[in-house]
Amino acid sequence: MSTDRFEAHDYYLMDELLTEEHKLIREAARAWVKKEVSPIIEDCFEKCDFPKHLLPGLGEIGAFGPYIPEEYGGAGLDQISYGLLMQELERCDSGLRSTASVQSSLVMYPIWKYGSEEQKKKFLPKLASGEWLGCFGLTEPDHGSNPGGMVTHFKDAGDHYVLNGAKMWISNSPISQVAVVWAKDESGRIHGLLVEQGMEGFTAPEMHGKHSLRASITGELIFDNVMVPKENLLPGRSGLGAPLSCLDSARYGIAWGAIGAAMDCYDSALRYAQERIQFDKPIASFQLIQKKLAEMVTEITKAQLLTHRLGTLRDEGRATSAQISMAKRNNVEMAINIAREARQIHGAMGITSEYSIMRHMANLESVITYEGTHDIHLLITGMDVTGIPAFS
Amino acid sequence: MKLLVCISKAPDTTAKIAFTDGNTKFDENGVQFIVNPYDEWYALVRALELTEANGGTVTTITVGTNSDDPTIRKALAIGATDAVRIDAVPKDAYYVANQIASYAKIHGYDIVMTGKETINYNGAQVGAMIAEILDQPFVSLATKLDLQENTATLERDVSGGVEIVEVSTPFVLSAAKGMSEQRIPNMRGIMAARTKPLQVIEPVASEELTSVVSYSMPDSKAACKYVDAENAEELIHLLHTEAKVI
Repeated sequence: MSTDRFEAHDYYLMDELLTEEHKLIREAARAWVKKEVSPIIEDCFEKCDFPKHLLPGLGEIGAFGPYIPEEYGGAGLDQISYGLLMQELERCDSGLRSTASVQSSLVMYPIWKYGSEEQKKKFLPKLASGEWLGCFGLTEPDHGSNPGGMVTHFKDAGDHYVLNGAKMWISNSPISQVAVVWAKDESGRIHGLLVEQGMEGFTAPEMHGKHSLRASITGELIFDNVMVPKENLLPGRSGLGAPLSCLDSARYGIAWGAIGAAMDCYDSALRYAQERIQFDKPIASFQLIQKKLAEMVTEITKAQLLTHRLGTLRDEGRATSAQISMAKRNNVEMAINIAREARQIHGAMGITSEYSIMRHMANLESVITYEGTHDIHLLITGMDVTGIPAFS
Repeated sequence: MKLLVCISKAPDTTAKIAFTDGNTKFDENGVQFIVNPYDEWYALVRALELTEANGGTVTTITVGTNSDDPTIRKALAIGATDAVRIDAVPKDAYYVANQIASYAKIHGYDIVMTGKETINYNGAQVGAMIAEILDQPFVSLATKLDLQENTATLERDVSGGVEIVEVSTPFVLSAAKGMSEQRIPNMRGIMAARTKPLQVIEPVASEELTSVVSYSMPDSKAACKYVDAENAEELIHLLHTEAKVI
């Protein structure tokens, strides 16, 4: 990959809504990404190689559970800070952001919110530093958009639980030390279990053949009579609402992350359009190119405003799941459209690994599908405004 | 070991440059500032490396207004122990040097470190002036600094080679590229910077020895002109009449 020349564009002076600490956190993350990740990311993507050596660095910049209190190894930051970190990671690669948002929102968040004090002390500091990696097992081979239909289940066997079932499409799973697994008890109620690497009967084979998120590792979780100690059950909450609350946090991070990918595509397209000469002038001087660029920056600006407001609502504890769905859906579609338009502006160069565009585009095909598909999020908004669920 | 590192803000390299007040002032409106890279990457980071290895403190000092505080907080996030801001608009190099030297004289430091220059004004004068006012040795454009008790060994790039200089503390240096590597503030540092002391003090009375008459922008780059390879006559004509290099 050529040198990372990214420059952020702030059309509506959004920086004025940020604190100096927000900006420092963002600049540090951006500098770290440019130094440590940008030089290797194309190679990782091409070889389908998860850059595991970056985990401590992600911990250093605060990308793992930044809003988790300091007593558990987090940074105690607000939701805007979390969003800015996800934006900077996905500005480089959605896979990098996926690793961090799974760790933060789907592993650390449920342990922090629903875990016992012992669980928090045991797991959170190591997850925050990147010493340990975690994953989140909700989706099953036959239950994607309908997680409530899951068949993974556990039985009370006296001094432990016995867990059986399988999960699929699990980011981070093959190399995780801990999996937050959602399974039904004998009454059919969903609970969270902390399944640790090495427990007998627990395996996490890697899934291959992805044309998207190739720099992030994905696998299955298979439970064959796994004996899970009783102290590994998350005691604070049960029911489908528990995993869905984690998804709210992750989807919020994705809404910010997608802006990062879009910003990178726009910045690259703008620069390319100004430098590429055709018919004796920069292609940026042609109306059709200007239309694309103007629409890109307009859509990015709208997404930035939407997401900043959502961050404020989350900090105030007022953001609803439906509002988060709207932001995730809007921003990921915005990003994928911008990636496609940016690819057009780059001409044939846009399909090469000289530029990040095609990688972003391929990655965003996953992002628009995972953590609630594009259509499901639309139906969540539809349900919210009509009061009638269209998917159950 | 007590080290004092001079920190100045500088416009981000992508900033749009404009002037106000009849072209006598830089227009800071809408400009994103960074820590002057020579102050940050070389002087500050090397100071931190030395105190991490040998113990001691790194105090940063800045002559500026509260608009400098974000860059000072970044220096604290990178690892400085504490910070001092002399609450004044920096007028010229002598004014800045006089403020810093006055503070350093009272508090006493083993080494006062500056970047070799700021990337906006490129004066490269402050370090030498501080040394003069403190009556201490000055080593300019140092690319390497090692310390054995009170003796420092420094390297400087000179024409065709490297000059090695030895000097006893206390002394003043200006740091150039090579002295250390960029250090990105980590989250722990950013959190710690919230509560590190940033002392704001009043300036001492000082003369302003120079004043800016005006700033002007360089001529914008002309478009590239292509001359047919067969047409040497035109090339010579253009080099003579337009480029005026022959």
